[in-house]
Amino acid sequence: MNESSAGRSGFPPAYLDRVGSSFTDFLGATTPDLLPGRRPVPAVPMGDIAPHGTTIVAATFEGGVLMGGDRRATMGNLISSRDIEKVYPADSYSVIGIAGAAGIAIEMVKLYQVELEHYEKIEGLTMSLDGKANRLAQMIRGNLGAAMQGLAVVPLFAGFDLDAAAGASPGRIFSYDVTGGNYEERGYAAVGSGSLFAKNSLKKTWRSGLPADAATRTVVEALYDAADDDSATGGPDPVRRLYPIVYRVDAEGAVRLTDAEVAAVADEIVTQRAAADRQNMDREA
Amino acid sequence: MTMPYYASAEQVMRDRSEYARKGISRGRSVAVLTYADGVLLIAENPSSTLHKIGEIYDRIGFAAVGRYSEFESLRVAGVRLADVRGYSYNRRDVTGRVIANAYAQTLGAIFTEQMKPYEVELCVAEVGETPERDQLYRLTFDGSVVDEPDFVVMGGQADAVTGHLRENFHAGMGLADALKVGVDALSAVSPATAGSGHGGHARLSAEQLEVAVLDRRRPKRAFRRVVGASLHSLLGDGGTAPDAPEGETHAHTPSQPAPGTPAGLGDPAAPDTAGGTAGSGEGPGPQG
Repeated sequence: MNESSAGRSGFPPAYLDRVGSSFTDFLGATTPDLLPGRRPVPAVPMGDIAPHGTTIVAATFEGGVLMGGDRRATMGNLISSRDIEKVYPADSYSVIGIAGAAGIAIEMVKLYQVELEHYEKIEGLTMSLDGKANRLAQMIRGNLGAAMQGLAVVPLFAGFDLDAAAGASPGRIFSYDVTGGNYEERGYAAVGSGSLFAKNSLKKTWRSGLPADAATRTVVEALYDAADDDSATGGPDPVRRLYPIVYRVDAEGAVRLTDAEVAAVADEIVTQRAAADRQNMDREA
Repeated sequence: MTMPYYASAEQVMRDRSEYARKGISRGRSVAVLTYADGVLLIAENPSSTLHKIGEIYDRIGFAAVGRYSEFESLRVAGVRLADVRGYSYNRRDVTGRVIANAYAQTLGAIFTEQMKPYEVELCVAEVGETPERDQLYRLTFDGSVVDEPDFVVMGGQADAVTGHLRENFHAGMGLADALKVGVDALSAVSPATAGSGHGGHARLSAEQLEVAVLDRRRPKRAFRRVVGASLHSLLGDGGTAPDAPEGETHAHTPSQPAPGTPAGLGDPAAPDTAGGTAGSGEGPGPQG
């Protein structure tokens, strides 16, 4: 690694001379080998030897936005992790969830978190929500080469818009494709292998202006439905006490719901579905 | 007959020091004080956007006097060094010592190698887990670095402010008391308050001050600006615009920031700024 810390003569010239408030651009100029997109990737498909994260869902509610992710990572046909975390706070008012090659994705999240904080420290202001969404798109664009070898990273980004016009929903969701395309979603979105099933579930359960607790249930239920049909998505695991990770972003900032809160919601869903199923069986008998 | 163009190294250094000292002494002063829950940074600064105080990293703050363009580029370099280091190692591996060393080396190199030295004086403050582990590094234009206990004063009338602080400062004061002591010391020498009355100096008002804290009790990023209503209430001048908008200079001011909120987006109602450290500080020092 190119040692970038101060040597005998203090800061290297780039530290003092460069203008700009982007951490990624600064690394690109000084230590490009630290950037995920700048490394050569072997020209063979390697999707099956790298752990992949799966389903992330996000949905708006009356005061903001929720994002949840299951806990499974897969490597080919194996489960490589049961307790991976795929939803992270990007800064105080936004969260990012990742599907795709876990190693690159987690590195990208880490870089993205520093990017936002770096801008904030240098400029003395928080970046606008659209600015944040755009920065993330540029990062995904840089990963296109690796994506073609099976190491795609597809994030989902959601945040509370402090500049939202009166009447507009302050919670906003942005989805991405592997080429860095950036699309604002209306109401709800899902990415990853189970996203098809999660979206179908959200389509039936989500309504505009839900209160926070009902929206939490919607999100956890969508993950449950995704796990039901997609082998790469993990359902709630009461044996190991592993439940989806859910973040809520509202005017108070981004907070992670406690395991107990999510467990209560997940257990309620499981109980209700089991009861409904039993009634059906009784009727058939 | 032509005069030979020669100056001894000693003479050159002395001239440069004098030049830098002169530049620095024209500016207003900055005081950095330790208090029970962290480090308090106070600058006399009528501008609300051209900051003299800034955040470097989670537990590290920065204060400067002198030429704005010079210390601003040093501040940005410090943020970059901290972020690159924290990104390639770990957040815990970024220490005030690393930042202070880089500043010392840079300032030293500029002082000896360039025609014009930087007319700046810096303080790198790091807040530790306990008051004993707080560090204040003071850096001067020639690259000397000193690790000072209790407080650091820089700028125009640094000696007078230091003298004032020596009389009134106690280790382990609460936030409100430390702020009072610091602001009194700055006010005593400030030209901005010199014209008012014969009996003594008036206090600098909230508008003339830039105040920030490194609060050890905050979970991740300890740095926070104290602005608007919380600064008014800490200064004890109640009645002057209690509903003053918080952080007007920030484009994205939240209504109710949570812990870990970006620096400068503080909540006026937060107990840790409004109430000082009453009842929660470790070992309250002698009051009054």
